[in-house]
This record gives sequence, C-alpha cells and structure tokens, in this order.
Amino acid sequence: MSADISPAIELRGASKTFRTPSGGLHTAVRGLDLTVGRGEFVAVVGPTGCGKSTTLTLVSGLEEPSEGEVLVVGEPVRGVGDKVGFVFQQDATFPWRTVLSNVMAGPRFRGVPKAEAKQKAREWLARVGLAAFEDRYPHQLSGGQRKRVALAATFVNDPEILLMDEPFSALDVQTRALMSDELLELWEGTGASVVFVTHDLEESIALADKVVVMTAGPATVKQVFDIDLPRPRKVESVRLEPRFIEIYREIWESLGEEVRITRERGAAHVA
Amino acid sequence: MSPEVLSTPVVDTAKTPPDRAHSRARAARRRRIVVTVSRVLLLVAVLGLWEVLARTEVIDPFNFSMPSKIWDQIWTWITHGTALGSLGEQIWYTLHEALLGWVFGVVAGVVFGIALGRITLLADVLGPYIKVLNSIPRIVLAPIFVIWFGLGPASKVASAVVLVFFPVFFNAFQGAREVDRNLVANARILGASDRRVTLQVVIPSATSWIFTSLHVSFGFALIGAIVGEYIGATKGIGLLVAQSQGTFNAAGVYAAMVILAVVALLAEGLLTFAERRIFRWKPSGSDS
Repeated sequence: MSADISPAIELRGASKTFRTPSGGLHTAVRGLDLTVGRGEFVAVVGPTGCGKSTTLTLVSGLEEPSEGEVLVVGEPVRGVGDKVGFVFQQDATFPWRTVLSNVMAGPRFRGVPKAEAKQKAREWLARVGLAAFEDRYPHQLSGGQRKRVALAATFVNDPEILLMDEPFSALDVQTRALMSDELLELWEGTGASVVFVTHDLEESIALADKVVVMTAGPATVKQVFDIDLPRPRKVESVRLEPRFIEIYREIWESLGEEVRITRERGAAHVA
Repeated sequence: MSPEVLSTPVVDTAKTPPDRAHSRARAARRRRIVVTVSRVLLLVAVLGLWEVLARTEVIDPFNFSMPSKIWDQIWTWITHGTALGSLGEQIWYTLHEALLGWVFGVVAGVVFGIALGRITLLADVLGPYIKVLNSIPRIVLAPIFVIWFGLGPASKVASAVVLVFFPVFFNAFQGAREVDRNLVANARILGASDRRVTLQVVIPSATSWIFTSLHVSFGFALIGAIVGEYIGATKGIGLLVAQSQGTFNAAGVYAAMVILAVVALLAEGLLTFAERRIFRWKPSGSDS
C-alpha cells in the first residue's frame, strides 16, 4: 500500500565519488536530497560541470551512489530497472539500425514479440512525425530528426520515469523550441515523472512544474522553485509572459551566484 | 556604382550554372582519360624496358627472364597444364587452403578479440601472452606445421591461420574497446542484457574495425598457404614456384607470382563488394 503513495523518485543524502585518472577522488554529488512526485516535471539547473548528469545516472541505475539512498517508486535502485527511460545529450541512436529498428530496440530487448514491437514503434514514429522515415538510417536524418527518434525509442517503452540529460543542447535554437513543445505534448499523454537536466534557465522554466537549482560542484540542492504557469504551455509564447520574467529573475538571483562561483574557480584553476 | 556591382553576380548565377557544370564534367572526364592512358603507358614502358634490356642482354635473361617468356609460360600452363596437373587445379588447391585458413583465423580472431575486449579479467590475464605470441615471427612455424600435419593441406591451413589470427584479433579487440559508451548505456537503459549488448551493440560497432583487418588478412592467408606449399606439398602454386626454382626456370617463378596477384586482386574485389553491402548504414564518402 505504501508503494502507491511513495514519490516517483527520492534521493536521500546521496553522494557520488569518482576516482580520477590521476588517482585522486572527485566528488560529483554530495548529500543530495531530492523528491520528485508522481507525474511531476522537474527541471534541474546548475552551473556547467556541477554534477547534474551524475544525479541522473544514479537514478537510472547506471551508477551506484557511494553513500545515501536512491529510491524509485519506493524501491531502492538496484541496477538498470525497467521503469526508467533516458534521453542522452549526445546522439545515442544505433547507426547500423534503421529508424524503425531503432525504435523497436527497446521492446525487443525487453522480450516483446517482433510484430507487436513493430506496431508500437510505428505508432510512436507517427506521433513524432517520422512515419515516412522508418527505412532511413540515422546518418540520413537531421539532428532534430535523430532526437525525435531518440524520444520515440524512449517513449515506446512506456517509462514511468523519464530522465533527460540536456537532450536538446546540440540543436539549433528554433529546432530546440519546437522539440520542447513536442516533448510537452508527448509527456502530457503519458503521466510519467520527468527529471530534465539543463543549463538553460529559460528552457527549464518553460517546461517544468518545479525548478531545482544546484550548487556549484559538488552538487547539492540549493533551492527549489515552484513554477505556477498554467498548462498547456507553448514554449515560444510562455516566455513573453510577465509572470515568466518574474520567475526568471527570481531564480537567476539564486543560480547566478553559483555560476559566478564556478567561473571564479575555473579562473583560479587556469591561473 | 553599387547597384551594378550587385546586379552582375545575380545575372551570372542565373546564366552560368549549366555551362559551368558542363565544363566541370568535361574536365573530370578528360582527367579520367589522362589517368587511364598514363597508367597503361607506364605499364607498357616498364614491361618494354624489361623486355628490351633482357633481349639485349644488358640484364641477364637467365636470372631475370623477360615478359614475353613469362607470358609463354603462363600460356603453356593454361593450355598444356603444369608438371603437377592442370593450372586450375593448382590455383584451386592454394585458394582452398588460403580460404579455409582465413575463415578459421578470422572466426578465432573475432571471437577472442570481442571476448577479451568485453571481459577485462580475461584481457588482463591473457594480454601479455598474446603480445609474446604476436612478437614471434610466425612464418617460421610453417616448417613445424609441415612436420606436425604432413604434406597435405592441413599444414598450409595452419600456417594461414596463425598469420590471419593476430591482425584480426587486435582489430576486433580494439573495436570492442572503443565502442561508444553512450550506445552501451542507451542499450542497457532500453533493457538489453549483457549478452544483447555484446551481440547487438559491441559486435556491430566493431565490424568496421574488423573489416579493415579482413583486407590485410586475406593477403596473409595467401602468404601462409604459399609458404607452406613452398616448404613441402603435393600440389599448389607454392609448389609450382619451388619446382620452377629447382629447374632454374625464372619465368616459371614470375608466372606463378602473376597468377597469385590476379587471385589476390579478385578476392579483394569480392571483399570490397561484401563490405559495401554490409555497411549500407554508414555515411558514404567516409571510406571511399
């Protein structure tokens, strides 16, 4: 019973320490407490290289926390589970598979029969507007189209938890706004809980219910802001609203300080 | 002043493209002809010089032979057969040994390469031994194989295998090591087991590495088979070389080399054809 009311994601005092190639220890995340409710869209912003991505790898089960606990739907994370979808920053489509076969990969890996996997994949390709491209190879697509393939390949698995690591950062500005709108549309149909990591504050406010500001590395939660902009939103128009600008100013006050600290550290490092 | 400057290029771009494309195509065609003609001329010049120098006995025709004699030798082999039987049979024999050795060597190389690339413990344990084995000049194993496996094809296949194995192994190993970590992470998130990651991510992305080594290694397989035959055999091109040498027939040695070169080129062509079919997913232009 308690599993039903437990939040989608819970990090309790999670830390992650890596061994650097030179033999030293690097703490990417320290004492992180974060809760993501069911169906909630949470954006995580922070200075570059502060350990935002590490947070996602902990939730996904790709990495284990050095200390603390990570819970997904009330269960501690043990390896990669089947509830999680992950959209990576870099291209992670399989270049030797066609578009259709790429989207089929998830269901096929999970033992769904071929015909059914193909049907589901076609549905999702249609939803991201790539139905006509199913026989193409990834290198024949544009960056935005490849990202759509990645979205379809993730959504086809019906993830309860959707982790996104700066997914649109490699795209040009127009494509990015378009993709953000498409993401919101796709997500609104699924009820998945989303953690969206970005360094773009505008993007995070336009998309999320909650914006989490991280400190300069080692990352921990500095402040959480609720975004009370009404849904459904259109990314291009919502950011012209006065309330948006107000929120932006408020969060930037908090984030700007961390960005400054990171920059000063970088300068000290160079000098 | 400025409107004129602006308008002239507009007129130009509207008018010239067909002309320019046409002249560019013509230039490309002319270049192709020049290249082909030069190639033929070079071949004719080298062969002609050889023939003339040998006939005028500037170089010793007994040691160096001459193109016309080599051609006569090939023609005799084709029409009357060799001392060992028909020429086709000799070619087939050598090719058969080389192919078998190549297939065994490639399969073993790929399996070991991928396994060691994926399983770090195995790589740590076996790594130094493989380095040592690789540093042995393996061609000297050919006489040992003749002792072990006799004069039949088995000894030639074995020497082809040891020559083919290492380049394929190292490429497969490197290929398995250099797999994009994002692709592996993505496959695992999508639900792939370790076995699936190996079969459906590591092996496909290592294929371009492996194919690079296949081109080189078929040449090695032929060398292995020929050297094996040269040392001791009952049939094959290598034996033909050995026999020609034994009867001081320089033309015979060269003729056998020409035949081998043709066989190797044909095999290379087949491999390139197969590669094109397999790598349809790759952006064209990166490897051609």
